[in-house]
Amino acid sequence: MSEQKLPVIETESGGAQPPPVQVEASSVRLISTLAVAGALAGMAIVMVFQWAKPRIDKHNAEVLAAAVTDVLGGAQRYETVFLDGDHFTTEPQSDTAGLDRVYVGYDANGQPRGVAMEAGEPGFQDVIDLLFGFDPATGDVIGMKVLNSNETPGLGAKITYDSTFIGEFNGVGTPLQGVKKDRAKGGHDEVVMITGATISSRAVIKIINDRLDAIEQPVDSYWSTLAPAAATSAAAKSGGSVTNAASGGGL
Amino acid sequence: MSRRTTPQEDFIRGIWKENPVLVQLLGLCPTLAVTGTVDNALTMGIATFFVLLGSSVLVATFKSVIPKEVRISAYILVIATFVTIADNVLHAVVPEIHKSLGPFVPLIVVNCIILGRQEAFASKNTVGRATLDAIGTGFGFIITMMIMGSMRELLGNGTWLGYPLFGAHFEPWVIMVLPPGGFFTLGFILLGIAWWKGRTAVPVRPRRWPHGVTTEVGGSTS
Repeated sequence: MSEQKLPVIETESGGAQPPPVQVEASSVRLISTLAVAGALAGMAIVMVFQWAKPRIDKHNAEVLAAAVTDVLGGAQRYETVFLDGDHFTTEPQSDTAGLDRVYVGYDANGQPRGVAMEAGEPGFQDVIDLLFGFDPATGDVIGMKVLNSNETPGLGAKITYDSTFIGEFNGVGTPLQGVKKDRAKGGHDEVVMITGATISSRAVIKIINDRLDAIEQPVDSYWSTLAPAAATSAAAKSGGSVTNAASGGGL
Repeated sequence: MSRRTTPQEDFIRGIWKENPVLVQLLGLCPTLAVTGTVDNALTMGIATFFVLLGSSVLVATFKSVIPKEVRISAYILVIATFVTIADNVLHAVVPEIHKSLGPFVPLIVVNCIILGRQEAFASKNTVGRATLDAIGTGFGFIITMMIMGSMRELLGNGTWLGYPLFGAHFEPWVIMVLPPGGFFTLGFILLGIAWWKGRTAVPVRPRRWPHGVTTEVGGSTS
């Protein structure tokens, strides 16, 4: 009913009073309004960012330090070492931003404890970023911690908090072999995977193996220059370390 | 806008009668995506509340200065500024929760609840009324997020805010913390609300039209 009446109302009102004049703001006004608003917004954001940045950096450094300590079984301090060309050095020639890096952990006596390195590859849903500790002297992985992951909650996400699974990486020979729970033979290089999270578990194992394949040789040679004591102990412990490195590089 | 509402009505409206999620069905993306745990839901609710309140106050204050041709751009600018501030503050203060919220904090910029309140209310009313409206709507959003987060975390993980409530024998319904659980939970809540409203609505009777045509008139439940 109202639809029928609508045109009548329109003509009536149109005849009685002219439509209100639209005041158009000038382009200069439009641009200046947005420019001023943008400048103020920028200022506010920069101020907050300057307040937040040191806190964010501090937290990231703390997380990294805690993770390095974690995967190296109680290292007291660590040193960042950069891969410059084909060898590791603490003072690279080029800009450090784009360089691959590992963290060498030292125990309370100043002895090198092991090398922690970050690695990441696709898991089940998204890239899994993890940090693992590697002992070049024995060729063993000595700890693993997932830094970032987006695996299925309750299943794949267990790789971040399942203490049994994480414990599997505490002293395991490389290259790692993922085995299912009922097929485990107790070998030195076996990692028992999480039931129901096989893909995520396998991804973690593959990430560590691939990373070691790519980087083990320069890590070993840096390790041997690091501390003569450590190098000799490595040689004394096993020739396995050397053969391991060679086979790792050859793969 | 024709009838003046009281301050109480401005405040209460967003919580119950025009709850942004449960009645207006706005802002469903964060409601479904980050309500897997209570702390995520609460943080998201508070961040949205902060952005909504800040934007409403600013937009209501400067409504006469902003030319209508660029008002949406200006609102987005104001909202984006508050979102960036919230994002940085969360990153600095609660880095773990910030990490688990992922991209959903920056996505508050495009949350319809906030832009909707600016265009529909804050840009046409006084600062005081816009503030009350923003607080009410913000609380409405937080409450909904908490209901969703509590149901999903309790059933999906057996915990509330990380505290186990059901003992060791509880088998979590993992699906509740997965995306489908969000849809199930929201669906059941909306079903409950529809039932509640239908319960009090006047039943619709067939109506006789003058020309002898009998027809069923579709009833409004509100």
